[in-house]
Amino acid sequence: MAIALMAVAVGATIISGMITVYREIPQQMGREFRAYGANLLILPGKDRTTLSGEDVKKINDSLNGYEIVGIAPFLYERLKINEQPILTSGTDFSMLQKVSPYWQITGSWPQAEKREILLGAEQAQRMNIKPGQTVLVSAGNDADEETFVVSGIVHTGGKEEQFAFVDLALLQKMLQKNGQLSLAQISIVADGAALESVSKMISQNYPEVQPQLVKQIAHSEETVLSKLQALVLLVTVVVLLLTLICVATTMMAVVTERRREIGLKKALGAENSNIICEFLGEGCVLGFFGGILGTGLGYLFAQVVSMNVFGRAVEFAPSIAVFSIVLSIVITGIASLIPVRIATSVEPAIVLRGE
Amino acid sequence: MSLLELKDVSMAYGGKVFALQDINMTVEKGEWLAIMGPSGSGKTTLMNIIGCMDKATSGTVVLDGIDLTDVDHQQLTTLRRDKIGMVFQQFHLIPYLTAVENIMVAQYYHSLPDKQEALAALDRVGLKDRAGHLPSQLSGGEQQRVCIARALINYPVLILADEPTGNLDEANEKLVMNIFHELHDEGHTILTVTHAPEVGREAQRAVIIEHGRIAGSEAKAE
Ligand SMILES: Nc1ncnc2c1ncn2[C@@H]1O[C@H](COP(=O)(O)OP(=O)(O)O)[C@@H](O)[C@H]1O
Ligand SMILES: [Mg+2]
Repeated sequence: MAIALMAVAVGATIISGMITVYREIPQQMGREFRAYGANLLILPGKDRTTLSGEDVKKINDSLNGYEIVGIAPFLYERLKINEQPILTSGTDFSMLQKVSPYWQITGSWPQAEKREILLGAEQAQRMNIKPGQTVLVSAGNDADEETFVVSGIVHTGGKEEQFAFVDLALLQKMLQKNGQLSLAQISIVADGAALESVSKMISQNYPEVQPQLVKQIAHSEETVLSKLQALVLLVTVVVLLLTLICVATTMMAVVTERRREIGLKKALGAENSNIICEFLGEGCVLGFFGGILGTGLGYLFAQVVSMNVFGRAVEFAPSIAVFSIVLSIVITGIASLIPVRIATSVEPAIVLRGE
Repeated sequence: MSLLELKDVSMAYGGKVFALQDINMTVEKGEWLAIMGPSGSGKTTLMNIIGCMDKATSGTVVLDGIDLTDVDHQQLTTLRRDKIGMVFQQFHLIPYLTAVENIMVAQYYHSLPDKQEALAALDRVGLKDRAGHLPSQLSGGEQQRVCIARALINYPVLILADEPTGNLDEANEKLVMNIFHELHDEGHTILTVTHAPEVGREAQRAVIIEHGRIAGSEAKAE
């Protein structure tokens, strides 16, 4: 019986723990995924070629119900760097680091308002430039050349390696495009559906801009999430089955052990319904206590998993507790069915045969 | 009308081996009958049929006016509960229940547990002060007396005892046989089964079976 209790408790532990983690995964993983870059772009609206800083601020304000990891503004222009035409982006580096934490920098990020430049790895290699060297930058054929220090080289594995990056305000001044932007990248904690609705809300309320989902990331995020959840579900089902088997085996042993007692009760006039009620009742009590024990342990288990994997605590969910206790009772009930059948088939005559 | 009447009763386990063949016997109300015979002669098989635990392969058994031939499993259970009180060689007390609780189990399956009545039944067999003891804390003789108290608790019309003294020493055997004498004097109908002649002779009358057939009978010389 103690073994069956253990089995139920372990089963309930895994199940309540898994369900807790299962429910937490989308939220927690959503946060994790934000490390892979922006999931929403804000582009200029129809018939417009630029955004304004005001537009971006308005949109930021309209998203106050969401957890925004960062909004990075970008202004793109083809500049001449050491006489080479290179697509250069002015941006807010502190924001960029939040939106794209995966960028790898050799050297350091440019400092705000300083004449420092971040070169894409491909360009740096082509021009054979190392961090710390200087380059001559000009806004066009007739414009003056200005000296910039290459603060760092960026590796992203993507098209960014062909670009150069400078401070936004500096570029705006050089191009005389004060307050103007080409686009803004937003990293926001939201799943596919929520992201869609954010996008819809923006395009309805702010016709001067045009939101665009970064499909690739949002999509792969969904895929990974659903796969993870399927895995958790699978493990839960397997654990349920194992618990079922273990409890059934133990109950079977209990029935075998109590054959004489069952025979005696029948000899005293117990009906099959009496025997069934007794064993099912015992199974339910077992399921109840195992469930309570397991739910408590499962909460701790989920806490440990969440702390280690996501670095965040999970909240105790009473609905999960109730569910796993009820599930434990149902499982022990089902597991008792075969042993109970065996119990009812015990003949009262065995008590006289002296087995 | 006799309390128990067996007519041409045969029992074949698995349809082949005859454990009983053409048994004819009657037990009157208030009678104490012993069934004697060597081991393997079919005594326990007979007990099971009379005790409503098993059905004979052929023949008729009438208990307290009810023909057991055409009752179903469910009715057999009810008859066993209401009509029979059983005493076993191995006592069959539930090990984790106290003496009085073991008696209350029989009340529970019959009707309702009544602790006072259960205690009175223990008093009846001289074990009032052992009510709270577990079977493991009782001697064999005491366990058998608890078993007898349990057999009596639902007022059976027939008390069946299969080798009631088989696991007891001489002193306890005497004690238990005295209880049977008292019960008989009170008017209970008793059927004891034994392979020991000295135990069989305590009854009013003995039926001897050998190889599943009645081989003879003897009445006590009063
Ligand atoms: N359940 C059973 N299945 C098959 N044979 C049995 C069964 N019970 C008893 N027998 C056989 O029936 C015969 C009589 O047994 P039993 O009634 O137990 O004798 P006794 O009680 O007189 O020692 C024996 O040969 C025994 O092997
Ligand atoms: Mg026998």
